Amino acid sequence: MARMKFLCDADRCIECNACVTACKNEHEVPWGINRRRVVTLNDGKPGERSVSMACMHCTDAPCAAVCPVNVFYTTADAVVLHSKDLCIGCGYCFYACPFGAPQYPKVGNFGSRGKMDKCTYCAGGPEADGSKAEYEKYGANRLAEGKLPLCAEMCSTKSLLAGDGEIIAQIYKERVVKRGYGSGAWGWKTAYKESIAS
Amino acid sequence: MARFLAQARFIIGALALVFVVAVATPAPSFAQQGTPGAGVNEEQLLQQLNRISGRCTLPDQKACTLEQPAGREWREFDQGMLLWIGGILIIGAIVLLALYYLVHGTIRIEGGRSGRTMVRFNALDRLVHWTVAVSFIVLAITGLNITFGKQLLLPWMGPENFSMWSEWAKYAHNYVSFAFTIGVALMALLWIWFNFPNAADMQWLKEGGGMIGNKHPPAWKFNAGQKLLFWFVVIATAAVAVSGYALMFPFYFTDIAGMQLAQIVHALVAVLFTALIIAHIYIGTLGMEGAFEAMGTGEVDLNWAKQHHRLWVEQEMAKGRGAGAPSGAAATPAE
Repeated sequence: MARMKFLCDADRCIECNACVTACKNEHEVPWGINRRRVVTLNDGKPGERSVSMACMHCTDAPCAAVCPVNVFYTTADAVVLHSKDLCIGCGYCFYACPFGAPQYPKVGNFGSRGKMDKCTYCAGGPEADGSKAEYEKYGANRLAEGKLPLCAEMCSTKSLLAGDGEIIAQIYKERVVKRGYGSGAWGWKTAYKESIAS
Repeated sequence: MARFLAQARFIIGALALVFVVAVATPAPSFAQQGTPGAGVNEEQLLQQLNRISGRCTLPDQKACTLEQPAGREWREFDQGMLLWIGGILIIGAIVLLALYYLVHGTIRIEGGRSGRTMVRFNALDRLVHWTVAVSFIVLAITGLNITFGKQLLLPWMGPENFSMWSEWAKYAHNYVSFAFTIGVALMALLWIWFNFPNAADMQWLKEGGGMIGNKHPPAWKFNAGQKLLFWFVVIATAAVAVSGYALMFPFYFTDIAGMQLAQIVHALVAVLFTALIIAHIYIGTLGMEGAFEAMGTGEVDLNWAKQHHRLWVEQEMAKGRGAGAPSGAAATPAE
């Protein structure tokens, strides 16, 4: 089985936000929730870079560790998924997540966050693959259809890569060698305790 | 001459303007001409702040924090240190109390009950105490559920039932907190007058409160141990209330680092609080004969009062508010 990862090549990201839009449309993500977002560092200054970020599907995921009701599970592809039926909306996963991935439909005062929502790596949830119930809660299950996450698939500069960690790391390494620079695989050290030499 | 002066003034003014502009604007940057790879560096940014934030176009500004590895440290606390500290404090308190009970047994009233009672806590005192007590027990159980529930209850209840219970427990925890906070605030107002330290407290503490051996150091309405508990309750409640309301209104008062800190403070103070209250419950019930009545009926036996709060009894007697006759003899006229 593959070990699925995301890799954002910040030297290619042009902050077009197409990944964000694609994600919202593909999964009919409600207003106010963003499973993916683009953050621009050093905005307007020399060395500006943009990074597209979502759930990184961490190895030994902190969200899963701190969840007081154990709603998280890891698939055979190492995708971190969760059950909205079991979520109590306590917000702990957001405090633990290094990437700000968990999202909640409501503001959260008096513990009224609602069920947590996050990037599923386009792999749905615990319901039957491709079922209506799965789509309503988690969005499309592209992985079950043999497709990769839409955000990466439609990235116009191929900045955002999704797929087996070793393969996308190899693609990135080749790019770095060819062009002679690279700001590294953002978040990999935090998420997977490894970095790609650049 | 006048023309020359005017010209000179113009030239000097122009030079001054050039100088100001040159100083004020930084040297033009040629980002495109520099090394193409010379962008921001993840490692460097993390070393500076242990957090990477930038600009994003979302209304939710929390989304502009790209990376906060501190979440992993908070996880280490929540799933490591907290379990140990909480477990040791609470199980430790129960084990110590059980050992103390096995060695000492219940502390009896010396010379038995006198049959005469005196008022120790009036109805308002008791109402406030039991409001705080009941809400504390609800808060302690629902709070411990968040930390220990998945180890202790989840395997037994199953995921669906455990989630349902935990969601209700969360709401109970949030709403009962108001009763608790207001209760402790009232308690502080009602009893603060009896809880300032005085000379008798030093002696009480020197003698270890009479916990070892059979000595009973004199005390006023509250002995030094009770005073310490009172001040602990007031301060700890302030800490759990401030941190708790920060958690109940997430990101309203603080950022992600503040939320993590609030949870750490809340959890640590709460487990210490729980351990001490277990000891408080023990001494008020199983540990001491005649103590429960103080908060039960509000009236304690005179012999109990003399044994544990001699100075208070003397003070009350002097005020003419001493012990009443046994209830059976209440109707008998004094001769």
